[in-house]
Amino acid sequence: MLRDVFLQISDIPEWLFEDCYAHVGDSAETIALLLRHSPLEAQEKRDRPLHEWMEKVIPQVKTVQSEAELRDLVVSWWASLEDTEVFVLNKVLTGAFRVGVSEKLLVKALSAEYNLPESVLAHRLMGDFEPTVNFYRQLIQTDSEELAPSQPYPFFLASPLDEDRFQEENPTQWQAEWKWDGIRAQIIKRADEVFIWSRGEDLITQQFPELVEGFQSLSNGHVLDGEILCWEGNRPMNFNALQKRLGRKSVTKKLLAENPVHFIAYDLLEHHHQDIREKPLLERRNLLAELLTSFPASLTTVSAPLSFASFTDLQELRERSRQQGAEGLVIKAKDSPYLVGRKRGYWWKYKVNPMSLDAVLIYAQAGTGKRANLFTDYTFALWQNGELVSFAKAYSGLDNDEINELDKWIRRHTIEKFGPVRSVEPIQVFEIGFEGIAESKRHKSGISVRFPRILRWRKDKPVEEADTLQTAFELLTASL
Amino acid sequence: MSLITVRQEGLYCEQGGFYIDPWRSVDCALITHAHSDHARSGANQYVATHVSEGILRKRLGDEIKLQGVEYGEKLKLGNTWVSFHSAGHVLGSAQIRVECGDEVWVVSGDYKRGADPTCAPFEVIPCDVFITEATFGLPIYEWETGEATCRQIYEWWQSDLERPSLLFCYSFGKAQRILGELCKFSDRPVYVHGAVHVLTEIYRQVGVKMLETICTTEMPRSHKYIGDLVLAPPSAHRSTWMKRFVQPQTAFASGWMAVRGARRRRGYERGFVLSDHADWSGLVNTILQTGAKTVYVTHGQSEVLSRYLCETYGLDALPLKTLFEGEGDI
Repeated sequence: MLRDVFLQISDIPEWLFEDCYAHVGDSAETIALLLRHSPLEAQEKRDRPLHEWMEKVIPQVKTVQSEAELRDLVVSWWASLEDTEVFVLNKVLTGAFRVGVSEKLLVKALSAEYNLPESVLAHRLMGDFEPTVNFYRQLIQTDSEELAPSQPYPFFLASPLDEDRFQEENPTQWQAEWKWDGIRAQIIKRADEVFIWSRGEDLITQQFPELVEGFQSLSNGHVLDGEILCWEGNRPMNFNALQKRLGRKSVTKKLLAENPVHFIAYDLLEHHHQDIREKPLLERRNLLAELLTSFPASLTTVSAPLSFASFTDLQELRERSRQQGAEGLVIKAKDSPYLVGRKRGYWWKYKVNPMSLDAVLIYAQAGTGKRANLFTDYTFALWQNGELVSFAKAYSGLDNDEINELDKWIRRHTIEKFGPVRSVEPIQVFEIGFEGIAESKRHKSGISVRFPRILRWRKDKPVEEADTLQTAFELLTASL
Repeated sequence: MSLITVRQEGLYCEQGGFYIDPWRSVDCALITHAHSDHARSGANQYVATHVSEGILRKRLGDEIKLQGVEYGEKLKLGNTWVSFHSAGHVLGSAQIRVECGDEVWVVSGDYKRGADPTCAPFEVIPCDVFITEATFGLPIYEWETGEATCRQIYEWWQSDLERPSLLFCYSFGKAQRILGELCKFSDRPVYVHGAVHVLTEIYRQVGVKMLETICTTEMPRSHKYIGDLVLAPPSAHRSTWMKRFVQPQTAFASGWMAVRGARRRRGYERGFVLSDHADWSGLVNTILQTGAKTVYVTHGQSEVLSRYLCETYGLDALPLKTLFEGEGDI
């Protein structure tokens, strides 16, 4: 929308704007830079305090009656601000204003400043965030106040398994569970209402009406941690099924029937209004099992604990993950508390090795933000009857030196440019790793892969020796 | 037949029997300026401006066969008249004007329109065909004056006198321009990396006024550089050379610093937008001022700029594929 406003008042042609955007990788910044060429009617520069902008000025966009009014409003703001101020305003307007600080660092800083435990702060920061004085006061107050009923707990996450360290452990003190590739979620029942939160701290209650209905009978003051999966018979459906359930405003009956969900419960965090995260895992699991006995198995099951006597056992278990439709194992210390974030030594994840194919780089596109004007978005292809068919896009897996080297190579070996995309000479081969493979009608190759990323740059491999689409279909068949 | 064509060896003028800034070994090479993507070794004979001679010999070797010319001096080469005219890019940089019959071509080399106390200003040369660079050929690139940017650099340096201030910039051209501009604000000596030092001495020999400099190799390893400004090439960033500076504040001066993503990617604390290439307005205005009806565009954004010139001004503009790199986006 900002882009349209800009194009209306500027004599910069649209194609040139697009070329600039491809170079800058941020539309808010592109507009701020280009506005220097579009002399706007000088406005009186008013030094408004920040809170006035946030509380009074910017919210006007919600009350305008027409597009023309909106345009005039935005243009009048641009005219009254300096370049860098225009950039910040545009970031706020596009909803992309963020400062790259990790939540963990923020929690640490607040904890150091206000002398509050990190876990308390992390908990208070969960859920909806309001940029108000009141919210901040509540965040840093010393005595705990009643939290909103919808407030989730911070998730505890497993770290990648440190094999050497783990081999010194006594296996009897540990249990394994299948690691599912669904949506990690907390189901909260408080104040007669069911709330569902994803790990990304999105409230996703509306998207899963059958879970809301199913857990309505849970008594107040309970919080479950688990995984939402599309489920059929005794195994999860392909992740594409779950994708269909996400990001929709209304969930149709058809969608519900074709992609039914199931909740696999991992843990119990709150029991009869008591925060029980400090209790050992086994105790929490017993309470969980007891709590869920009265619920139908089609709705929810408790994640089955798998025991193992040795590390070799564990490795064998892991090899069976794909057969189960799981992506590996999570190994938990039986006496572990439910902590905050990723604390090593209590919970480990032990994923199966990704599937992989050697594919050929055929297209490249510049990234955005920090990777603006650097070719970092790649499309890879496989051979089929002497032709290359694109099969996956990948953005990650190369280190900075490799990215720079490949960027230079792409610039020198461009065949054609289609807007921001370049086709390149089919020479470079990369080993592409992925977590799953499925049939797809939307893809030219007929397959789609999950979490594709670059495992290695195969400089040693001639392009003729890259894999074929046939090999990909063999992987697909083997994974069913 | 065009007066100047692109051959494997570089831009070639058959009527004159010479190449301009060739990238392979040729007999006769006319050199616009001494940056490494324009001045390469291997030619039997070079022609360049007198002022650039010191740097060319430093870079290509003392033994090269080099004919120096004055700005504006006319040479008869084959069937052509050739002259060198100031390009305002770096010390000794030139555009090359080639006249044959009633046709005039100008090869811009690299150029800028902003004032620079360390080199002669750009001169507009009317021509029929103009071969222009387009390193920063996007309208997002608009420069402030060098003086305004160097004032920001000075303020940044002064803002923290408790630690060293490391400013990274290209060692030929940019470093000297900064040293020249800073004379307006300071008289404190500036420390320079060895690569900057060598070129700065050549600038001094031809009488360019700059702040006094001390090469870091002359200082004891334990020297603290508290409150000092130090200039170094970007290749020294995060090198072992840099380890001698304790908790320095770092910055990079380059045209690419106009874009936030480019600043963040490189990991410098500050970016100063300072370039020895023309910005968008500089390119477009220069092309219009030459009166050229045909424009060939090289370097960087050649396709964007040529399309814009065609559509907006009805010029006959085309991208020209060369091996010039402009200000490398490193």
